[in-house]
Amino acid sequence: MRAPLALVPRGAPSRLWTWASPLLALLLTVACGMLLFGLLGQSPWQAVGMFFVEPLSTKRGVAEVLLKATPLALCAVGLALCFRANVWNIGAEGQLIAGSMAGAAVALAGAGSGSWIVGAAIVAAAAGGMAWASLTAWLRDRFNANEILVSLMLVYVAQLLLSYVVHGPLQDPAGYGFPQSPLFDRAARLPLLLAGTRLHVGFLLALAAAGAAWLVLARSVIGFQLRVAGVAPRAARYAGFSSRRVLWTVLLASGALAGIAGGAEVTGPIGQLTPSVSPGYGFAAIIVAFVGRLHPVGVVAASVLMALFYIGGELSQSRLGLPSSLTGVYQGLLLLFLLGADTLIVNRLRLRAAAA
Amino acid sequence: MDAAATLVAASIAAGTPMLLAATGILVHERTGVVNLGVEGMMLLAAIVAFAVTHGSGSHLLGFAAGAVAGVLLAAVFAFFALVLHANQYATGLAIALLGSGTSAFIGLPFSGEGLPARGADGIALLRELPLAGPVLFGHHAAVYVALLLAAVVAWTLSRTRAGLVLRAVGESPASAHALGIPVRGVRFAALLFGGACAGLAGAYLATVYTPLWAENMTAGRGWIALALVVFATWRPARVLVGAYLFGGVTMLQLYLQGIGVEAPSQLMSMAPYLATIVVLALISRNPRWIRLNMPASLGKPFNPNA
Amino acid sequence: MTATPRLALRGIGKRYPGVVANDGVSLEVAAGEIHAILGENGAGKSTLVKIIAGAVAPDAGSIEFDGTPVAGADPAAARALGVAMVYQHFSLFDSLTVAENVALGVDRRFARGELAGAIGSAGERYGLPVDPAAHVHDLSMGERQRVEILRALLARPKLLILDEPTSVLTPQATEALFATLRQLAGEGVSVLFISHKLDEIRRLASRCTVMRAGRVVAVVDPRAESEQSLARLMIGGQPPQIAAHDTAPGQPRLLVDALPLADGGEPLSFDVRAGEIVGIAGISGNGQNALMALLAGERLARAESVRLDGAPIGALGPRERRALGLRYVPEERIGHGAVPELSLAENALLTIDRLHRRGFVQPAAAQAYANEVVRRFDVRCPGATARAGSLSGGNLQKYLVGREVLAEPQVLLANQPTWGVDVGAAAAIRNALIALRARGCAILVVSEEIDELFELADRLMVMAGGRLSPAVPAHRLPVDELGRWMAGRWPQAQP
Repeated sequence: MRAPLALVPRGAPSRLWTWASPLLALLLTVACGMLLFGLLGQSPWQAVGMFFVEPLSTKRGVAEVLLKATPLALCAVGLALCFRANVWNIGAEGQLIAGSMAGAAVALAGAGSGSWIVGAAIVAAAAGGMAWASLTAWLRDRFNANEILVSLMLVYVAQLLLSYVVHGPLQDPAGYGFPQSPLFDRAARLPLLLAGTRLHVGFLLALAAAGAAWLVLARSVIGFQLRVAGVAPRAARYAGFSSRRVLWTVLLASGALAGIAGGAEVTGPIGQLTPSVSPGYGFAAIIVAFVGRLHPVGVVAASVLMALFYIGGELSQSRLGLPSSLTGVYQGLLLLFLLGADTLIVNRLRLRAAAA
Repeated sequence: MDAAATLVAASIAAGTPMLLAATGILVHERTGVVNLGVEGMMLLAAIVAFAVTHGSGSHLLGFAAGAVAGVLLAAVFAFFALVLHANQYATGLAIALLGSGTSAFIGLPFSGEGLPARGADGIALLRELPLAGPVLFGHHAAVYVALLLAAVVAWTLSRTRAGLVLRAVGESPASAHALGIPVRGVRFAALLFGGACAGLAGAYLATVYTPLWAENMTAGRGWIALALVVFATWRPARVLVGAYLFGGVTMLQLYLQGIGVEAPSQLMSMAPYLATIVVLALISRNPRWIRLNMPASLGKPFNPNA
Repeated sequence: MTATPRLALRGIGKRYPGVVANDGVSLEVAAGEIHAILGENGAGKSTLVKIIAGAVAPDAGSIEFDGTPVAGADPAAARALGVAMVYQHFSLFDSLTVAENVALGVDRRFARGELAGAIGSAGERYGLPVDPAAHVHDLSMGERQRVEILRALLARPKLLILDEPTSVLTPQATEALFATLRQLAGEGVSVLFISHKLDEIRRLASRCTVMRAGRVVAVVDPRAESEQSLARLMIGGQPPQIAAHDTAPGQPRLLVDALPLADGGEPLSFDVRAGEIVGIAGISGNGQNALMALLAGERLARAESVRLDGAPIGALGPRERRALGLRYVPEERIGHGAVPELSLAENALLTIDRLHRRGFVQPAAAQAYANEVVRRFDVRCPGATARAGSLSGGNLQKYLVGREVLAEPQVLLANQPTWGVDVGAAAAIRNALIALRARGCAILVVSEEIDELFELADRLMVMAGGRLSPAVPAHRLPVDELGRWMAGRWPQAQP
């Protein structure tokens, strides 16, 4: 018994579908979202409104979307570099947490200093994320250990470390025993971009990171080397490109970016170190990287999209009492549908001719 | 000595979900497919089993429901990876995220709830024996099922034609296809089996091991199970040893408290993850050895029409 | 009255994206006949037999087996009808034993002890001895082919198909295979034999279907044809001329001194002089790739074990060696010599280091370089921006050879430079190598094609089992002597 539809390989990848596939995936996800809303007793069109229209209808709303998009974009730009080089860094969440701890430590240690302290905190956050990522790099380089499993194990370690730190060394002595650090000084907070909103300069950092990543990928030698390493490792060896250099470059870069994302969260909207520094940004960034086609510009657009998912989820929780964990479902569906739609880039759907 | 017996028994119980999950992973990885979605499958199965047991009062029904949930997610994975030829690693990640998101969603009304107490585990009378009692005879039925499953898989792989076909597909799907073996069908079946095993593992966790529901309660066990299969070089007997050893590592806190060591609980909870990293590093050090033992087509897409 | 043919193909057609593999192909094989399919690389032979074996479905046409129509692409059904195939790149499972491999290939269920016995007796009967308990990864190429054939024979086939079976055999082993095939034909088994080797077809087959560009151009009795007439049918014209050559070699440019291929392996020593081509003959898999990797810098060795114009380079990477004038054309185009997803211009960035400047790539310069290669080496493509994967095998190989030659190397290493390439492109590549030699370059060519080596090389060496024979002038080595050397039996070098 043969299926009536067949997937037939194309001669060359379809450029149309390379960009149409994320749109198709988004459409399918939205359709599922509307279906879910309907099943939960709400109006499906309300779903569309709550996720896509309402957050963008006020200046404050747009600022919140861009605020949410900032850590996503920072992480995803780094992950795009990693995935392009076929280095599967799944531990951005851990690198983000490590960065947030390092940034918080500096911010708290420099309490009472001038406004340079926030710059130092961000630098420390980048260093913290880099250090965390270097563990994965070292284990892969020296021991050939699979980076997927190592970076993921380190996420759990980072989460436990964070929990220990906010219950212990960095805990607010005047905080009634709550697991959180003292609030940071005003000087240790990121300056705002738009008055009356929470949008901070971290957003500019994200845009700068995307621009730098584009330049590296398109024009630099190391960018070319990592692209080749990702699709044809034997050719990279033939050319004499150092796979070790590529590995460390992409992991340190993405670690630094994820660290900055963590640092920006604690010196930005949160203002202190808490156990829930990140609602899974590091994992959502993986989806953002794929939806953005591993291209720095696409990644920025995809991070805005993912931010809408987060905010829509929060809105539907506060307004309609729907669980915010729906966001996680939508994120998983988006990635799944994207992977499915990507088939059409290399394959063509054809109706199978009736058997002779 | 009693403490030692308790520790060993606890290690076996703790290692059982990993044994179940890893056995299933071993079977489908032997056919050359990598499914990173185990964590998500276990979580979804956990909440489904919990909900069904909570509602029906029957553990058996809960386990069955958990297995079905695992099979369902595995079928989704199989469709995307085998029929649509999507990248196996990315698809597995998507399943992991989808599974954990869906489980959090379904589990909301059950957050913090517990299950009614069940009767004592194990075989009556025998479990009262000193030392051997708790270690060998005092476990829930699922522990013995896990052992039996591992044994059956080991025997099937090495002694039967089905096992031969499975190994052949994992070694070279192109050659197997040329010989007329239905590569896609074999891989599909292996994935569904893996899904059922992950489902049983999740069900055991949520209804027997810690009979309550909390978001992300698998705490990375699915990922550790993936690593476990690598450590065990894809051999069922080694998976057994590794799973129980890891069970032992998770019991570290118990052991240290027993000998009077005080340490922050979070740091001690890091033990299984750090242990996984260390063993992974030691095992992977020799790339030739890994390549020799790994199913040759692992993770590589196979499209006979390409 | 003619008997029903064992196999009858009518009007078989098959297209892949961008290429017509088979077009209106008709073929008939009688019972007990040895039938050859002759054609150069890319003529459509492999696709055709995959269709016969049920591994691929045809887009058009019909197949009849002993008069019964056969439908669809179903390897199991083909096997049930009595079709057995021995693939060019064997379909064996390395980590399984011989017996397990055979068990997978036959539909009959053997009891555990029975199979080993059946393998033993079939092996004896057809001159194909092999140990049923051995693991395939321990076997030599010739032994592996025996397993493939035994697996096919134990299924009691009525039609045995062999795809380029002699490409991995020494001349002596080839004779043994032919004896087996004649024995089978005598027992009524039809044999379908694919090859591009004219002399073998004339020795073995009683009928030959000649294919070119996916179509059948002639069906002849090869014993009544000469090699020239067969070649003309295969190519469709006169074979291209190779430029005559006559140069006197200069100083050694590449010196290999006690270089082991692996830890504890036998150390190899030889040299390549300016203005000469040294050829290394031998079946693939005897250490040639390891040697090339060590010479090109993909693998590192002791610094003094490889010298270029006197300087020790054994510990240098590919970039440093290129800077000193050593260039390399690897065996595999796709994924090794070129990245198929990138354009020809970007592929130039792989080995032309002057296209990088201070950490940035120079896209315009790369484009210009690629265009120059395309122009000088007659690469048929839409231009330097074409994806490398979209070029045909011959054109991509011309580009890769041209990419290295245009950079004016002092020493060039070429691994199977015309493998899988059409005759026109192969001639162009060989002429390019000869022209390069005339400019004083030292060239090392590894090739499986004995004819190519005799055409190109001034001196010849043979590689077998990781060891290298002494180098002798090519005209002093007759073919059957070469065959013995390929089996590892060469006299020790005179001091």
